[in-house]
Amino acid sequence: MSKIHVSTIVNGDPVEFLANPRETLLDALRNQLDLTGTKEGCGTGDCGACSVVVDGTLVCSCLMLAAEANGKKVETIEGMAGEELHPLQRKFIEHAALQCGYCTPGILVAAKALLERNPDPTDTEVRYWLAGNLCRCTGYDKIIRAVQDAAAEMRGAA
Amino acid sequence: MRYHTPTSFADAAVIAAAATGTLRFLAGGTDVLVQMRAGVVQPDDLIDLKHIPGVDEIEQTPDGGWKIGIAVPGIVLGAHDALVRDWPGVVEGMNLVGSTQVQGRATLAGNLCNGSPAADSVPGLIAAGATVTVTGPNGSREVPVEQVPAGPGRTNLAKGEVVSRITLPPRGKNGGDCYLRFIPRTEMDIAVVGCAVSLRLDGDRIVEARVALGAVAPTVILSDAAAKAIIGTTLDDAALAALTKAAQAEAKPISDKRGTKEFRIEVAGVLARRAAKIAYDRAKGLTK
Repeated sequence: MSKIHVSTIVNGDPVEFLANPRETLLDALRNQLDLTGTKEGCGTGDCGACSVVVDGTLVCSCLMLAAEANGKKVETIEGMAGEELHPLQRKFIEHAALQCGYCTPGILVAAKALLERNPDPTDTEVRYWLAGNLCRCTGYDKIIRAVQDAAAEMRGAA
Repeated sequence: MRYHTPTSFADAAVIAAAATGTLRFLAGGTDVLVQMRAGVVQPDDLIDLKHIPGVDEIEQTPDGGWKIGIAVPGIVLGAHDALVRDWPGVVEGMNLVGSTQVQGRATLAGNLCNGSPAADSVPGLIAAGATVTVTGPNGSREVPVEQVPAGPGRTNLAKGEVVSRITLPPRGKNGGDCYLRFIPRTEMDIAVVGCAVSLRLDGDRIVEARVALGAVAPTVILSDAAAKAIIGTTLDDAALAALTKAAQAEAKPISDKRGTKEFRIEVAGVLARRAAKIAYDRAKGLTK
């Protein structure tokens, strides 16, 4: 089985690797690029733990082949914090919007994508946007509060 | 597995026609990758169609219809104001498929060709009178959407054929459409029953209608009887009762973990009635 040369930009850095044709973007990120912040939950697009942004669109990296990332820009949780934590990350800690934390990278990536499109969402809009991110610990309420608090701060309203 | 990236549908059709083992086309991949992971499908050849120019474009035709590329994901359809204005029922059906993440990848063409009787985007397309261009090794043909599904997981496309474009007719004046589905929760589920209605008014009277039902037969079905029940009416109580009865008579569901046969038949009538009312109000310009 011949491998496919993939040239992509991950969190701003040019990256090249050889992908097995069946390899998902999720597996390539974790196993080839050592970006293990992106998690595998279900592997079938139901749980959102593997959420990344590809060319500006939120996707499940388990539902995309690594070969499809050729020529594209990929953003993962590792690219979220700069010198300091992103407001969403900080608010998740403040609100204790996580327990085991396995779903958290995916939720943060998804929430950031939401706030870039809609800086002032309603609770309902947050809940629908994050409907594809499953958390089995928190019951979601703290997650929604953390997202809303971060959104308020990012709007300069906090 | 060989991963192909043809740059034309003609080339894709040639590769597909020559394939001797298991073949899959890749658009959004939200079904194909799940099937590959589950081991249900192990393609020998996977043809990624996203390198073909134009597959990610939505274009209005000179007559006012719409040509939609086979790789346009749900999130792009939902953000296209003019398309949503013309065909809200088509877009709301597609936008019910999966999560935000799935919407970032899932396509109308994939939802259709996956062949699920419960596919949420298909009743809306059928009610709208949409067609698909099917390209094979010997050229292209235009096929009404309702003729594509053959049964659960199967289509009527021949070996080497691939859906290369989706075309929605001009909406025209005084038209409206709607898709509704029943699921036992609010999001992220598969339709127990789905129903789409598209209609056109002359004054208060319905002059054209198409009614499609999902998840109540081996394929999504177009019901002439349900359409006839409301054509010529003002969607008064008698017409709604006739529509309910016709939709229920057309439904031939199975009982499974998502709903019993009896329940699905009941709900088919309820959704047909509600979808017709919403389509009617949209045609009147009362609601979006």
